[in-house]
Amino acid sequence: MSKTWAVFKRELGGYFVTPVAYVFIVIFLFVTGVFTFQLGSFFERGQADLRPFFDFHPWLYLFLIPAISMRLWAEERKQGTIELLMTLPVPMASAVAGKFLAAWAFAGVALALTFPIWITVNVLGSPDNGVIVASYIGSLLMAGGFLAVGSFVSATTKNQVIAFVVSVVICFGFLIAGFSPVMGFFSGWAPQAVLDAISGFSFLTHFDAISRGVIDVRDLIFFGSLIVVFLFANAVVIEQKKA
Amino acid sequence: MIEIRNLVKRFGPFTAVAGVSFKVGRGEVLGFLGPNGAGKSTTMKMITGFLTPTEGTAIVCGHDVTKEPLAVKEKIGYLPEGAPAYPDMTPEGFLNFICDVRGITGPNRRARIDEIAAKVHIEGVMRQSIETLSKGFKRRVGLAQAILHDPDVLIMDEPTDGLDPNQKHEVRALIQGMSSKKGIILSTHILEEVDAVCTRAIIINRGSIIADGTPEQLRARSRYYNAVGVTVRAGAEQKAGIRDELGRLAGVDEVEDAGSNSGGRDGVVSLMVIPKRGKSIVEEVGRHARAKGWSVDELRVDSGRLDEVFRTITSGGGGGGGGR
Repeated sequence: MSKTWAVFKRELGGYFVTPVAYVFIVIFLFVTGVFTFQLGSFFERGQADLRPFFDFHPWLYLFLIPAISMRLWAEERKQGTIELLMTLPVPMASAVAGKFLAAWAFAGVALALTFPIWITVNVLGSPDNGVIVASYIGSLLMAGGFLAVGSFVSATTKNQVIAFVVSVVICFGFLIAGFSPVMGFFSGWAPQAVLDAISGFSFLTHFDAISRGVIDVRDLIFFGSLIVVFLFANAVVIEQKKA
Repeated sequence: MIEIRNLVKRFGPFTAVAGVSFKVGRGEVLGFLGPNGAGKSTTMKMITGFLTPTEGTAIVCGHDVTKEPLAVKEKIGYLPEGAPAYPDMTPEGFLNFICDVRGITGPNRRARIDEIAAKVHIEGVMRQSIETLSKGFKRRVGLAQAILHDPDVLIMDEPTDGLDPNQKHEVRALIQGMSSKKGIILSTHILEEVDAVCTRAIIINRGSIIADGTPEQLRARSRYYNAVGVTVRAGAEQKAGIRDELGRLAGVDEVEDAGSNSGGRDGVVSLMVIPKRGKSIVEEVGRHARAKGWSVDELRVDSGRLDEVFRTITSGGGGGGGGR
């Protein structure tokens, strides 16, 4: 546990010693603002809720989360520090979990910094704060899902650009699973059970369920198991291909 | 302290290490020599638990690296090739991270970091990011990381590579200072380093050990071992005669022209008298010179040349494969 904490601290610190963290946070806040107020017609709708804010999160994360996760392992490989990390007395699980949790905590900080919009909506009207809390939780879980995928992809390469692009593509697949382009591709020939399974993997569906204010155990299990599966795959990839 | 049992590593069809076995005890400094691609780094990576051996294992302080990798990693201080470190961090932050991982906590930590920083002379750059440091400083930060927890076993892959002569000297002095309490393995292709710090040397080529002994024993394999360098005041026209006479002595195998080594001065003849294997011929040569009344400027016994031994026994094939 202390080893996980050590890796976590180093990794999270790594975001803040370079401009990466600040650039990311500023852009994240700016773009959420643009989406919410311009595209989402926050004011024009005349409703005291944060739907226009949260509705864009999946699409925002599609590009911003791989930007956080791409360096996790690819950078270690590039710098050769993976040899250092893997010869320190750190269990593989601690290394993988520490790095993932650091990236997740960082995404959480960025998300938490959107609090002014929560205050705004509370000043302007009386929204259902329960729904908003649920949406924040859903958004954070979805970020974790994206990050786990990104961390896994990052472990397979030493090139951060490749890690970024491949992560975006895979995350896009997860986002739109269950929607017409994907389902149209499978519906002609795949059995119904497969179609249901595929649509069950949609981030959008699960996020949407949570952001309506209903935290269903199934949605929690979905994101939780997705994270565990991808982190496990991450550990396997590192174990198999260290150098 | 370290026992290597028949280590084998194959990368697909390529065999990087083909059955290496040796032991290193406390107080020993083992120099690991070999051409590039001979399997030095790969062997070290297997001992430190970075690569999984295809066959065989390494026992470090009683722990088997294939069964208890974490216990082995606790015992070892390892300086990987090129001394990788996180470029964004400062040496201070980096060493603190190592302390976190190594479980060095409490009031000892500050003192320990300061002590090590002073030992490797990086006190002045502790708050500068590692990427801005010179190669010498980076190497020393890597070294600090390896010795921070005062490990029983120290493994260093080319610890002095890229350092200037003063820095090399410092690092060697540091290694020697620690050597009595630890088992140390270091790889190098600088042969003078073996003489400077190692109590024993292993030469490896194409994944197999081809020589194992003290630097003295290895040098004894050189044809120059016990050879005698003679410089005589004489004109160039007398050279052939002197050469022939020396060549007829009983213990002498061959006489080489050593003129280029002494700068080819005028009025002197420099020769290198090579003995038949293992014979000591300095006395014989000296007696002969006195008998002949040569005016001898210099008479010097060669202690053997490691680079020559190295070249002779590793040039059996056309060099190594990949640099892993």
